[in-house]
Amino acid sequence: MGLAGLLTPVTIWLGLFFLIPLLLILAYSFGTSNVYGGITLGFNPGNYLRVFDPLYLEIIGRTFVIAAINTLICLALGYPLAYFIVFKGRRWRNVLILLVMVPFWTSLLIRAYAWVVILSGNGIANKALQFFGVTDEPLDLIFTTQAVMMGMVYSYLPFMVLPLYAALEKFDTRLKEAAQDLGASRWHTFWRVTFPLSMPGVIAGSILVFIPSAGEFVIPDLLGGSRTVMTGNLIQNQFLQARDWAFGSALSVMLAVLLLGAIMFYIRRVGTDKLEGM
Amino acid sequence: MAAKGGPVYKGVGKIPDRVLFLFAGLIYAFLYAPILVLMFFSFNSSRSTQVWTGFSTQWYGELLRDDSVLAAFKNSMIVGVSATAIATVIGTFTALALSRHRFRGKTFADTAVYAATVMPEIVVGVSLLVFFVAIQFPLGITTIVIAHVAFTISFVTIVVRARLSGMDGSMEEAAQDLGASPVQTFLRVTLPLILPGVMAGALLAFTLSFDDFVITFFISGVGSSTLPLKIYSMIKFGVSPVINALSTVVLVATMVLIFGGSRIFLREGKGGEQAN
Amino acid sequence: MQRRDTRISRGRFLKAMGAAGVAGSTLSVLSACQMNTSSTGGGSSGGGPEEKKLNFYNWSDYVAASTIPSFTEKTGIEVTQDFFSSNEDLLAKLQAGGSGYDVIVPSDYMVAIMIKSKVIQKLDKSKIPNAKNVSADYRGLSFDPKNQYSLPYQWGTTGILYNRKEIGQLDATWDAMWDPRFEGEVSMLNDTRETLGAALYKLGYSVNATDPEQLAEANAELQKQKPLLRGYFDSTEARPLVQNGDLLLGHVFSGDAFVALSENEDLDYLVPQPAATRWTDTMCIPATAPHPDNAHKFINHILDANVGAKLSNYTYYNSPNGAALPMIDGALKDLPGYTLPREVFERLEVIEDTGETTREYERIFTEVKSS
Repeated sequence: MGLAGLLTPVTIWLGLFFLIPLLLILAYSFGTSNVYGGITLGFNPGNYLRVFDPLYLEIIGRTFVIAAINTLICLALGYPLAYFIVFKGRRWRNVLILLVMVPFWTSLLIRAYAWVVILSGNGIANKALQFFGVTDEPLDLIFTTQAVMMGMVYSYLPFMVLPLYAALEKFDTRLKEAAQDLGASRWHTFWRVTFPLSMPGVIAGSILVFIPSAGEFVIPDLLGGSRTVMTGNLIQNQFLQARDWAFGSALSVMLAVLLLGAIMFYIRRVGTDKLEGM
Repeated sequence: MAAKGGPVYKGVGKIPDRVLFLFAGLIYAFLYAPILVLMFFSFNSSRSTQVWTGFSTQWYGELLRDDSVLAAFKNSMIVGVSATAIATVIGTFTALALSRHRFRGKTFADTAVYAATVMPEIVVGVSLLVFFVAIQFPLGITTIVIAHVAFTISFVTIVVRARLSGMDGSMEEAAQDLGASPVQTFLRVTLPLILPGVMAGALLAFTLSFDDFVITFFISGVGSSTLPLKIYSMIKFGVSPVINALSTVVLVATMVLIFGGSRIFLREGKGGEQAN
Repeated sequence: MQRRDTRISRGRFLKAMGAAGVAGSTLSVLSACQMNTSSTGGGSSGGGPEEKKLNFYNWSDYVAASTIPSFTEKTGIEVTQDFFSSNEDLLAKLQAGGSGYDVIVPSDYMVAIMIKSKVIQKLDKSKIPNAKNVSADYRGLSFDPKNQYSLPYQWGTTGILYNRKEIGQLDATWDAMWDPRFEGEVSMLNDTRETLGAALYKLGYSVNATDPEQLAEANAELQKQKPLLRGYFDSTEARPLVQNGDLLLGHVFSGDAFVALSENEDLDYLVPQPAATRWTDTMCIPATAPHPDNAHKFINHILDANVGAKLSNYTYYNSPNGAALPMIDGALKDLPGYTLPREVFERLEVIEDTGETTREYERIFTEVKSS
C-alpha cells in the first residue's frame, strides 16, 4: 500500500499526459478528418488502408533503412571509441567521457546547424576539398541524402557511446586476463568475453539511436533540403499542413507499433533481458 | 567493481593500440570540429559564416540586444526549472517504489516508465497536441511544462533506480531499529545515500527539457517560444552570425555545467551503476 | 523485510501525497497565470475596459521596428508577439481552444478555411475607421467578399529570384525552372500550393484546379523537375542561397526577392507568365481572442497611412494601404516587379481553399518530394 502510494504521482502524470494522449490518437486513427478541422470519431479503417499506399509504405520503409544504417554506423564508430576510453584512457578516462557528454547535452538543432555551415557551397568542407585538390568546382555537399546521414550520425553518436561506456566500465578486467592466461588470443578474447559482456550496452545504445532516428524530421529538413521525406516529416505534415489528423494519427500509431515491434524483435534476437544499461 | 586506479590491461601487441588511438582521435575531431567552426565564425566581423574577414564581438552585442532571444531564454529557464523540480520529485519516488519488491501496480508503472523512454518524440508531440486540443486547454508555458515532466520522469527514475540498486537496505533498517521515524529515515539516511543519483537525474532532466525541440514545437502557445524554437526559426529565417554567437553561448554554458557537475557524474560512475 | 515495508509505508504515502500536492499546486499556479491572460479580457469584452495587453501571432520578421512601440505609446497596450511558420500551423494552434491570441495574420485561402471552421470572429468596422485606407484592389477578395472577417496586412507575389549576371536576362515564364541547363542550381518553395501552383501555371491551368487530370499533369511536371532541383526551401532559406551564389534560381516570395535585390545588384526578380500568385496576408481576430477591443485598435493602427508605409518599407512587401503608397521608399518602388503594370497585375491569381481536393494536393507534393 505504501509503495503503491509512492507511485501515485507517476501513475497520475504518465496516465494523464502520456497514456491518455496515446489512446486518443489511437481513437483518432479510426476517425474521419473533416476538411475544416476536427475529427468525427467512429470505426473507419480507411486511414490504415491509406498507410498501405505504396507511396507511404516506401517512405516508412526508407525511414527504417536510414535509421538502421545510422545505428550500425554509430555502433561501428562508437564501440571502438568506448573501448578506447575504458581500456586505454587511463587517467584521462573521466575527461574523455565528459568530452562525449558535451555534445550529448548540446541542442541537436545547434549541432545540425553546424553542418549546414560546414557543408554549404562556400563552406569549410568545400574549401578543404579544393585546397587538397580533390575538386576544382565546389561540390554539392549539402541537401543530399549523404548530408542527412552525416547529420544523423553526428547527432546520435554520443547516444551510442555513453551506454557502451557504462557497460564496458562495469567489465571486470580480471575476466579478460583470465581468458588470456588460459591461452585465448586477443581477438578471441574480444569476441568470446568482452563483446558478449558488453551486450547490454550495445542494446541500450542501439535503441537510443534507432528510436530518435526513426522519428527524425528536423535533419532531413535542414540538411536534406526536404528532398528526402521521412516518416517524421510525413506525420508532421498531416498535422501542420494537410489538416488530416486522422491519417496523421494512423501514421503515428503505425510508427510506434513498428518501432516497439522492432525493438522487441531485436532484444529477442540478441537474446538478453538485461536492459538496465539504459 | 573496477580495480583501483582503473583497469590495467597488458596489451599483447602495440600496433592495434596505435590504430585504436588514432581512430579515437579522429572521432573526437569529428565530434568537435563542427562545434569549433561554429564558434570561430561567431567572432567574424562580416555577416558571412563562410569567409573569415576579421575579429569582432558585434554579434554578441546584437544577441544581447535581441529581446526575443532573451525572452526565449527566460521561457526555457522557467520550463527547465519547473519541469526538473517536478520530474525529479516524482521520478525519485517512483524509483524508490520500483526498486523494492513486487506488488500490485508495479508492472503498470514499470511498463509506463520504460514505454515513455522508447516512444518517438514526434508521436509524443502530436499526441499531446491532440490531447490539449481535445480538452480545449490553452497551449503555452503550462502545456510545455506538463509535457516536459511527462517525458523526463522516466529518465530521472532510471538514473535514481540505478543508484538504488547498488545499495542494500541495512542502513535504513539500522536507523529504524534505533528509533528513527520513516520521515527521519528518509531524510537522514536514504536521501543522502541516493542524492548523487537524484542530482544526476535532475541534471539530465534539465538538459533534456532545455534542449527539447520536437515536443515543444507541437505544443507551444502564446508567449512561450523556448530557445530551441527560437534557434530553429533563426536558422530558417536567414543565416546570420547571431545564431553562431547564440550557439557558442549555449555550448560554453553546457560545458561549464557538465564539467562543473562532473563530480556528481564521476562519483556515480565509480559506483559502477551509472545509467546513460 | 515485510516489517520494514509496513512501518515505512505511512511515511512513504505521505511523501507521495506531498509530491502530488507539489506537482498539482505548481500546475494550478501555472495554469492560473495562463487563464488570467486568456480569460480576464474575455470577461470584460462585454463593455468594461480590457487589460492593456495584446497577443499578436505573426510570421517571423514581419513588423517594422517602430510598428509595435508606436502602438504601445499611443494606447498604452503592451504587445506580446509570437511567430508561426505556416498557415496550417496557425490553424492547428487556433483549434487548440482558447489560443490566447488577439490578432493573427493568415493568408487568403486560410481566411476562408478559418471562416468555415468558425475560429475567427467578425470585425466591428466602426472601430476601424482606417479601413477606408485599403485600396480597392485588396478589398472584397474571393476568400472574404465583404471583408467581414479580415483586412489586408501586406501583399506580394510569388516569382523567380535569379542571378542575372550568371545566366542573363530571362523571359517572364516558368520555363527556366525546368531548364536542364540549370541542373542542381534551382530551388522550389517547400509549399504545397505554391509549388503545385507553379506547375499548374506552366501548364496553363488555374492555381485552384480541382480536376484530377490537371493535377496528374502537374504531378508529372514536378516529377520531371525534381532531378534539376537542389531542394524545396522556405522563401527565407532560398534567398541567402541565391545571394551567395549557391543557387542560380529560386522560387521565392517577392519581399525576400526585394531584400536580395537591394543587397546584390547581380540579381533580378520576375513575375512569370502566363500567371503567378498574388497573395494577401490579412489581419483577423480569433473567436476566442481575450482582448478583442485592443485587437480592433491594433488593426486600425496598422491601417494608418504612416504606420503602413513604415511597415512596407521594412518588410519590402507591397502595401494594400492606398494612403500609404505615396510614402513608400522610391528605391523600393523602382525594384523590378515591385510596381506591376496593370495588365500583369490582372493576370495574377489568388490561391483559394480547394476543400476536399486539399488532400490530393498534399499527396501529390509528398509523392514528388519522396520520389
